[in-house]
Amino acid sequence: MTETQIADVKLSIDSQFENIELVQAVLEDSLSRLQLDDDSRYWIGIAVREAVANAIKHGNKQDPEKQVTVDLGVSNGALRIQIADDGEGFDPSQVADPLNPDNLLKPSGRGIFYMKRFMDDIEYSFGPTGGTIVTLNKKLGSEATGSAEDNAGGNLE
Amino acid sequence: MKIETRERDGVTILDLKGKITIGVGDVAVRDAVEAALEGGNNNILLNMEDVSTMDSSGIGEIVAAYTTVTNKGGKLRLYGIPPRVSDILQITQLVTVLDILDDEEEAVASYQ
Repeated sequence: MTETQIADVKLSIDSQFENIELVQAVLEDSLSRLQLDDDSRYWIGIAVREAVANAIKHGNKQDPEKQVTVDLGVSNGALRIQIADDGEGFDPSQVADPLNPDNLLKPSGRGIFYMKRFMDDIEYSFGPTGGTIVTLNKKLGSEATGSAEDNAGGNLE
Repeated sequence: MKIETRERDGVTILDLKGKITIGVGDVAVRDAVEAALEGGNNNILLNMEDVSTMDSSGIGEIVAAYTTVTNKGGKLRLYGIPPRVSDILQITQLVTVLDILDDEEEAVASYQ
């Protein structure tokens, strides 16, 4: 039986890439309880992997002493996942458009693009003592279904 | 990520299995392509049939490998793209620049 509510989950990991698998496992367990189809669960998982990878790589510079925290919950009919790091923050508007023909063959710069494509909405905020908090939102219920192709027409800011 | 390397009709085929993701799979792809180039073959084919997930770092490594092989006068091509990996290549518009074929027969023949 699927639900529209799940218990809030909070997870804190050291800044090592292998810990992304731990986040993915916890996320999949939570998402399995929600009214989401296989595609939606898969693409949400990809988006969260990107956010956690960015927090580890660009935020915490892979310093294992620094933590990445993941908060997951449901409110107002939407799944909300916050990923926070202890880094110096950044300006999202300065991230180049990976669909620009000049950037298509660049090996990096697609992480935020992935998140925007696979979630309904993403927001950035910055902690009072530094660090980046990215919030990923996805509507639940009948509006929650869809593949990556369905989201392919969105705008990249 | 597991990668097995084999030769067929003068083409080095890399059979990729599992996740091409940051910190593990992406490095494995880079190392396998570099090893193939060091082995003297610039015609490299990536068998993607058993790739389950590819994150942005994995995409980045495929793009970097494509550029490296092309700059050496070789050809890097892909075949057997699973549906979700195909979705990723579509939305990143990399289908417009990478050489992608349906199956191994067609892909190997394309080098002849």
